[in-house]
Amino acid sequence: MPDVPMSETAALLHARPMVPQIAHVRRRRHDAPDAWTLELDMANGERFLYAPGQFNMLTAFGVGEAAISVSGDPAEGPLIHTIRAVGPVSKALSQLGVGDPIGVRGPFGVGWPMAQAEGKDVVVVAGGLGLAPLRPALYRLLRERARYGRVTLLFGARRPEDILFRQEVERWRGRLDIDVEVTVDHATDEWRGHVGVVTNLISRLDTDPSKTVAMVCGPEVMMRFVAMALIDKGLGEETIHLSMERNMKCAIGHCGHCQLGATFICRDGPVFTYARLKPLLAVKEL
Amino acid sequence: MPQASSSAAPERYMISVDGLRLLIEALRARGRRVVAPVVADGAIIYDDIDSLELPRGVTDEQEAGRYKLAQRGDDAYFGYAVGPHSWKKFLHKPALRLWRAERKGDEVTVEAGRIEPQNYAFLGVRACELKAIAIQDRVLMGGDYVDPHYKAQRDGAFIVAVNCGKAGGTCFCVSMEAGPKVTQGFDLALTELISQAAHEFLVEVGSPAGAELLAELPRRPATREDTGAAQAVVEHTAASMGRHMPQEDVPALLMRNLQHPRWQEVAQRCLSCANCTMVCPTCFCTTVEDHNDLAGVESSRTRRWDSCFTMDYSYIHGGSVRPTVLSRYRQWMTHKLATWHEQFGTYGCVGCGRCITWCPVGIDITEETQAIAASEKA
Repeated sequence: MPDVPMSETAALLHARPMVPQIAHVRRRRHDAPDAWTLELDMANGERFLYAPGQFNMLTAFGVGEAAISVSGDPAEGPLIHTIRAVGPVSKALSQLGVGDPIGVRGPFGVGWPMAQAEGKDVVVVAGGLGLAPLRPALYRLLRERARYGRVTLLFGARRPEDILFRQEVERWRGRLDIDVEVTVDHATDEWRGHVGVVTNLISRLDTDPSKTVAMVCGPEVMMRFVAMALIDKGLGEETIHLSMERNMKCAIGHCGHCQLGATFICRDGPVFTYARLKPLLAVKEL
Repeated sequence: MPQASSSAAPERYMISVDGLRLLIEALRARGRRVVAPVVADGAIIYDDIDSLELPRGVTDEQEAGRYKLAQRGDDAYFGYAVGPHSWKKFLHKPALRLWRAERKGDEVTVEAGRIEPQNYAFLGVRACELKAIAIQDRVLMGGDYVDPHYKAQRDGAFIVAVNCGKAGGTCFCVSMEAGPKVTQGFDLALTELISQAAHEFLVEVGSPAGAELLAELPRRPATREDTGAAQAVVEHTAASMGRHMPQEDVPALLMRNLQHPRWQEVAQRCLSCANCTMVCPTCFCTTVEDHNDLAGVESSRTRRWDSCFTMDYSYIHGGSVRPTVLSRYRQWMTHKLATWHEQFGTYGCVGCGRCITWCPVGIDITEETQAIAASEKA
């Protein structure tokens, strides 16, 4: 831990780790058919500090709490979360309006291996909403571009209208210092890009496997196939990183819900190496 | 007055039954809330006492899926094994309010749930239970985040332990190296000694607070005979365990048998009722529930014990990660006996036998482990 004084937000979290702090919605944006992005200001005026890949527990007051990864820029701007409305809590969160209060606990967990990736080529593979937890890593990669080798984003969505952060993805695609490939499972008449699962893009990947780090987020089955495709490309199991999702009630290793084998996803993850996950993912319903 | 030859040995004293009563009263006089075994609802549970209200002359008969009180034929105050309660209910409360929020327009104020240290004195804590408390200490206080509710009760608690004079029918603390002899984590430790001539308690001191309290009580130094008799009590208990775990590396055994057919077999019997997790002194899982008033002004969050045997426990959008009883029983047992080791450096099981006794269909964690071990040797 760096020897810096703890922010008020962090100090309160450590004193009462299950008590949310208040933030307000500054802005909201509809980013995909069932996904909304909320920009939040902490009520205490502090800038919310976190590492790419970490997550928060967000409270919709009177409804409940859910684990949601941070999708903003760790270097500047407000705290940003992108939420897919799939259950009562995420639905209530996604419906919050500008000015509405929201509860925040975090940041929690171990994020993407940004330090380990320095000096290496970085392959970012996202499926659907999986791009949200990866976006802070992409911001970091592009902001500190000189520290990294080749950077590639491979992004798969179900349909063209499901492409998350579409304008931003198109902007990245226009840059010369990042390779961006997008594919959809189901094309429309207007679609002129790749069609098929994101693993198809990996076979065309041009990278030196001995000096490449992969960051992968998406549905669990997608991540398993992506990991296998990357292994086929010659990447080592230790260099492939996946972000996992499980039921969470506390995010501090106390409630038990997020266990996968001996790991607590909240505390030891959510980002793990494939080497660690492979034997756990091989057992059904573990 | 310690003798030169025994200066390294712990001090041991004898107190009478009246001394035990005075011990309880001395704890009460210090403003402590004394909790001890009492008979209620046909079982020995833990509840508040004012004086010597312990279950006198009572014992319990325990087998898989079976618990019954009986008379001992003597006046023993600690002549039984552990019951359905554990000290967990006082340290890691079954339900508590985490916070309450009030909304006025766009402003919300959150008031953290009050933490009220109870200044507990636990009387009659067994060796396996001390081990269980030490295990929960690691889970709830040993990481980056400390549970302030647990810590508030735990830090102030005074512990009077008791060496077991009788092994229950489902006990296997010897296999788990958790008993029956109390070795650490107590302020005072008692061994009940009943003979034709006397009914006394040998007292060992485990802390300065324990020594200070004992100094107030009428007592006499223990003789070599007293110490020998106390030693014989725990040796007899250790030799009469109701159950045993296989003599091998159980974590490795289970982790290489995650696909064993025995899981399917036990899943046919398991009702997924969660009794085992509720009576377990180390199970720590909780869930949260939010409540709000109809006007949407006040809301609050409550934490309560949860169990890995429920479907909700592992629910994420799309369904439960462990939809089958097989996967839920396997999660519980492998956590207790295997993955807990990797997480916290100990077993999550102390061999108290509660999960066996209180299982409505008598599933026995030692028998399940033995079955998997035996299949490898077949």
